[in-house]
Amino acid sequence: MSNYAAPPLVARAFRLALRNVDGMMTALILPVILMLMFVYLFGGAIETGTRYVDYVVPGVLLVCVGFGSGTTAVTVANDLAGGIIDRFRSMDVRGEALISGHVVASVARNLVSAALVIAVAFAIGFDPHANPGHWLAAAAILALFVLALSWLAAAIGIVARSPEAAQGIAFLVSFIPYVSSAFVPVRTMPAALRTVARNQPATAVIDTVRASLNGGHVGVDAWHAIAWSLAIIVVSIVLSGVLFRRRAR
Amino acid sequence: MNEQIQADGLTKSYSGVRVLDGVGLRVAAGTVFALLGPNGAGKTTVVRILATLTAPDAGTARVAGHDVVADRGAVRRRISLTGQYAAIDELQTGRENLEMMGRLRGLGRRAARARAGELLERFDLTEAGDRRVSGYSGGMRRRLDLAAGLVGTPEVIFLDEPTTGLDPRSRQAMWGVVTGLAATGVTVFLTTQYLDEADRLADTIAVLDRGRVVAEGSARELKQRIGGARLDLQATDGESFDELIAAVRGRVIRGDRDTLMLGVATNGSASDARALFDEVDPDGTRIASFELRTASLDDVFLSLTGNRIHGYAAESEIAHV
Repeated sequence: MSNYAAPPLVARAFRLALRNVDGMMTALILPVILMLMFVYLFGGAIETGTRYVDYVVPGVLLVCVGFGSGTTAVTVANDLAGGIIDRFRSMDVRGEALISGHVVASVARNLVSAALVIAVAFAIGFDPHANPGHWLAAAAILALFVLALSWLAAAIGIVARSPEAAQGIAFLVSFIPYVSSAFVPVRTMPAALRTVARNQPATAVIDTVRASLNGGHVGVDAWHAIAWSLAIIVVSIVLSGVLFRRRAR
Repeated sequence: MNEQIQADGLTKSYSGVRVLDGVGLRVAAGTVFALLGPNGAGKTTVVRILATLTAPDAGTARVAGHDVVADRGAVRRRISLTGQYAAIDELQTGRENLEMMGRLRGLGRRAARARAGELLERFDLTEAGDRRVSGYSGGMRRRLDLAAGLVGTPEVIFLDEPTTGLDPRSRQAMWGVVTGLAATGVTVFLTTQYLDEADRLADTIAVLDRGRVVAEGSARELKQRIGGARLDLQATDGESFDELIAAVRGRVIRGDRDTLMLGVATNGSASDARALFDEVDPDGTRIASFELRTASLDDVFLSLTGNRIHGYAAESEIAHV
């Protein structure tokens, strides 16, 4: 099969990502707006026991990479809806290679968004108590979750019948972080929501990143975050493979 | 004769609807072959099967010497497909698209760049090469799309409706490109719904209708099949028109009850015409006037693919030669 597929497809994915105006707006402007909005608009009304900017950074990180992954779902759906997929297949380019290219670009774009969130946070008084080891741990957990979201987005892009549908599904999925410890402490929620919030991946990732950045003890949350991410990655890759072959009939 | 495409008994159904019903084809190496048919005849399905994108339910096909199902990798390395929908990235430039295709075909960076430059030149896109495809005209897109298919120097080129939706000038240009390709010795398999296109480009034409090949041959051979000429009869009134149709039956090529004009197949000889008049209008009251025309490929097509007589719905009035 085509061994040479990967590098040109990664280069293509980067080019398409950089020239996708909507996608780049989401990646570069949303982090700034959300960070400012949560801290200055809502922050004053939310009691978390710490300064709100120190509390909310991991939540904004997750919401941004969530929306950012939505762009990837649309991009993948676009590829499958257009004529180019037939050309790739008739050239023996494997679906995995095509999708992987988009996932690599998605991870890169989302990490840039994440860095922007951190930069804006510092500009408005973020004061973490993390040593380099803590930073590294937070970055690694976040990067792994970004990879998971990107694969999930690719799977959504394949399952959706059109770019519009992909956009819709991705939009719904990107609300998942709201039902977590992202913006308000879980203990303030009604019982049913609390159960959902405590047992979903966003909370595990957010709590791990928050604890790392504030120099606290990370504990079992880290393992939950890693397990969730790996599970999402495996399921999405398998699902992508199966769905891709089925779509490509 | 060295055959680059051999297909036998290709059958394909989509959700219970039979799209192809035993299609067999032979295409000689280095020739241009046109699969001609109306919309929905199954042309695209044939191309997708031959280009390994869809597996047939039954039947076999070999392209460039390899089985399209068992050995699809080998087939894919020897063909190119340019489909109805442009298979190029809008957000990349023409040159970037071609270089990417080259890399995907296994060329190194430098070789891919050289090949892209060559193809841009050949398809008259050098000036537009560094602009994004989103700014290209329809004709430019088609040319780039075709160029993208040629990056890997394929042996067999599939073109699915290469001129559909193009303006006359771009269509002419595309015809020139196809003729040029044929001159290089590659085998070209194209589908079209335009008779003049098949007539102009193809060495061999197969007419596909409702999933079956209903005729195959050169344009001249096909025209011969309906006798080579068409006698247009002008009926005196609607009643006469109906009587004429009933009398000529299988020889009707086309008819229009509104204008009372009926085209009938003939070999153009005086004896045939006389016999026809005697047979269909013994009293000399039904036909007001007549005109003899050379049969066009259009006529062949109509008589083969089940022409409907305008104003009639019944299939029984349809001629099959």
